[in-house]
Amino acid sequence: MNHEPKFHGYLIGYLLSVALTLIAFGLAYLHINSGHLAFSHQFLVYAVVALAVLQLYVQAVFFLHLSRHPEARYNLVSFIFTIFIVLFIVIGSLWIMNNLNYNMTADQVDAYLHKEN
Amino acid sequence: MNIFGKLSLDAIPHDPVALAGVVFMFSAGIAALVALTYFKLWRWLWEEYLTSLDPKKIGIMYIVVAVLMLVRGMADAGMMRLQQAISVGDSFGYLSPEHFQQVFSAHGTIMIFFVAMPILFGLINLIMPLQIGARDVAFPFLNSVSFWLFAAGAGLINLSLVLGEFSTAGWLAYPPLSELQYSPGVGVDYWIWALQISGIGSLLSGVNFITTIFKMRAPGMTLMRMPIFVWTSLSSMVLVVFAFPILTATLSMLALDRTLGMHFFTTDLGGNVMMYVNLIWAWGHPEVYILVLPAFGIFSEIVPVFSQKRLFGYTSMVFATAGITFFSYLVWAHHFFTMGAGAKVNAFFGIMTMVIAIPTGVKIFNWLFTMFRGRIIFSSPMHWFLGFVVSFTIGGMSGVLLSIPGVDFELHNSLFLVAHFHNMIISGVLFGYFAGITYWFPKIFGFKLNENLGVYAFWCWIVGFFVAFMPLYILGMMGATRRLDHYDASMGWQGLFIVAGVGVCIIGLGVLFQVLQMYVSIRDRKKNIAGADPWNARTLEWSVPSPAPMYNFAHIPHVYGRDPLWARKQGIEHHEPPYTDIRMPKNSPLGLLLGLFGFLFGFGIIWHMYWLVPAAALGAIVCIVVRALDEHTEETISAAVVERIERANPSVTV
Repeated sequence: MNHEPKFHGYLIGYLLSVALTLIAFGLAYLHINSGHLAFSHQFLVYAVVALAVLQLYVQAVFFLHLSRHPEARYNLVSFIFTIFIVLFIVIGSLWIMNNLNYNMTADQVDAYLHKEN
Repeated sequence: MNIFGKLSLDAIPHDPVALAGVVFMFSAGIAALVALTYFKLWRWLWEEYLTSLDPKKIGIMYIVVAVLMLVRGMADAGMMRLQQAISVGDSFGYLSPEHFQQVFSAHGTIMIFFVAMPILFGLINLIMPLQIGARDVAFPFLNSVSFWLFAAGAGLINLSLVLGEFSTAGWLAYPPLSELQYSPGVGVDYWIWALQISGIGSLLSGVNFITTIFKMRAPGMTLMRMPIFVWTSLSSMVLVVFAFPILTATLSMLALDRTLGMHFFTTDLGGNVMMYVNLIWAWGHPEVYILVLPAFGIFSEIVPVFSQKRLFGYTSMVFATAGITFFSYLVWAHHFFTMGAGAKVNAFFGIMTMVIAIPTGVKIFNWLFTMFRGRIIFSSPMHWFLGFVVSFTIGGMSGVLLSIPGVDFELHNSLFLVAHFHNMIISGVLFGYFAGITYWFPKIFGFKLNENLGVYAFWCWIVGFFVAFMPLYILGMMGATRRLDHYDASMGWQGLFIVAGVGVCIIGLGVLFQVLQMYVSIRDRKKNIAGADPWNARTLEWSVPSPAPMYNFAHIPHVYGRDPLWARKQGIEHHEPPYTDIRMPKNSPLGLLLGLFGFLFGFGIIWHMYWLVPAAALGAIVCIVVRALDEHTEETISAAVVERIERANPSVTV
């Protein structure tokens, strides 16, 4: 096995994960400590989500050993399948729940009824 | 802090019906212990089964526990039918509403999680390694841990009969009823932790079997040469690995709500009840296919053998299986069309539900074309198959009917729905598993089951099934909702409920025939010696001696095509090299211990004995560390022993 994972791979992955987590935490900390003035709330949300996705990528590469080596092909296929399933469930749930909220929340129904009248 | 948490003597039930259950369970348990001691079987049980890492032994234990739980689930079914047949107008039957709710919650939970799932894992353990030409599964110790975690969950469910109460919130425990505010007792906690602990076992099994199928196939056994049962097991386990984490997360959130006062699914403080329903079905619908796909695989093995013809449309069977696996993640909202989503959502999920019926139909036609112009042998597995085709098709059509949102609004939560899913699960899943158990029994125990009694059992089951569930379709159309413990005489439902009760009695007769079949077959086992290949079969499991030896294959076979045993019997050359030593995993009691700690962990949380929870977790971690540090986990079976076993029960040689 030529592609046996090496120790330094795990170390790099670990350090990058810690760094990305600390940056996200630091941004939130700065945001609160500066009295919400350092940057906008929206920027914080996008930044944290971006850092999370980046960390997902780091972990997939360094811990789950995703690559295009032939031996890693199964990993890659199952990872893509995972992404599909997660997308189905997340997007599907958001779609369903938004639809339910639109139809079921009291003030929405009121608004709808007023519009009808 | 009280060391017993919420537990006190009041937890023992007082109501006479429940007490009778307790007394019955205790006497059965004590009788079993006395019998084991009297016949001096403890050592045999410990060495041959409880500590065994042999997948065949683990498979047998799964099926034995499942059959015991099946008896309890059927007793629950009988109690419900009796209550609904007599609780009309002025009569209120013999069960209090509270007890009736516990009974139907237990029935559903037990039948899905503690009957269907373990038979599924049992059959995969027994047969899948043999079919791919492997000596073992990829992680033998993990396999034992999975079994014992499942057993811990089953233990918790049964304990709820004796200590405290079971959930009254139905088999999926929808909030807000399952939240602390409306179910302050321990019932829902029993439900959560029995499912959590056995669910972890299921997830580990899924990982184990997928790895086995991908990594341990015999040389030449390419993916497209695998028997269909292996394909369906693979798909089913992929579904397990992707779906069970959703269940675990959802149950964890419900447990956090109940134990730590959080508000994921409460009706106030930002909780959203509808999210629970959404998430539980995102797991729940794949679960249906987890159960039924391996049953399809079993039929795909049986039909070619008893039609004496190769399977029609192997490739389309594989693609239909993969298609069902994929689409099963896109239909979950059809379980809650009436929750209030708009037409776009409901239309999408309704259409997806109709689409998923197509690959299932492909399979039915493939089996029928396999039979076409075959020389069919009407053995008892074939009876189960034919019964399945007729009743499963009816159930499938009622399912497509329900997939139309407009119709679903009429029939949602009615007995029509109850009839529909029993139609799928009894005639699809259960008939398939019965057929599989009958078909593979000789490979595991070395003798065949009595055919006549098997056929009698089949006829009782199929007739009983129609008598029990066709009235429920009609009652559903008449407006009878599910989970009724009482109704008014003016509804005019009583006659049909009594007919349904008679149906359950006929099914009970079928179970009696199955018990009798087991007894007679064991009594006459010397006359029914199976030999390696009793059915003139086609796949590798029938090439080894019966019962299959612990190492499965004395020589790892080389595979040159589909149906390898059939090819070998047609005279493709095959030579036996001399026997060699075989390395196999040693027994280990640590799986059992881990299961025990899992049980104590759940018990501690359910009864709020908070000292027990970290203690049990620590015990489990110690078990894992001890196992990880053990470097002598294998033993050698010498060539001489292999030769002796192979000569005693010859394998198929040409």
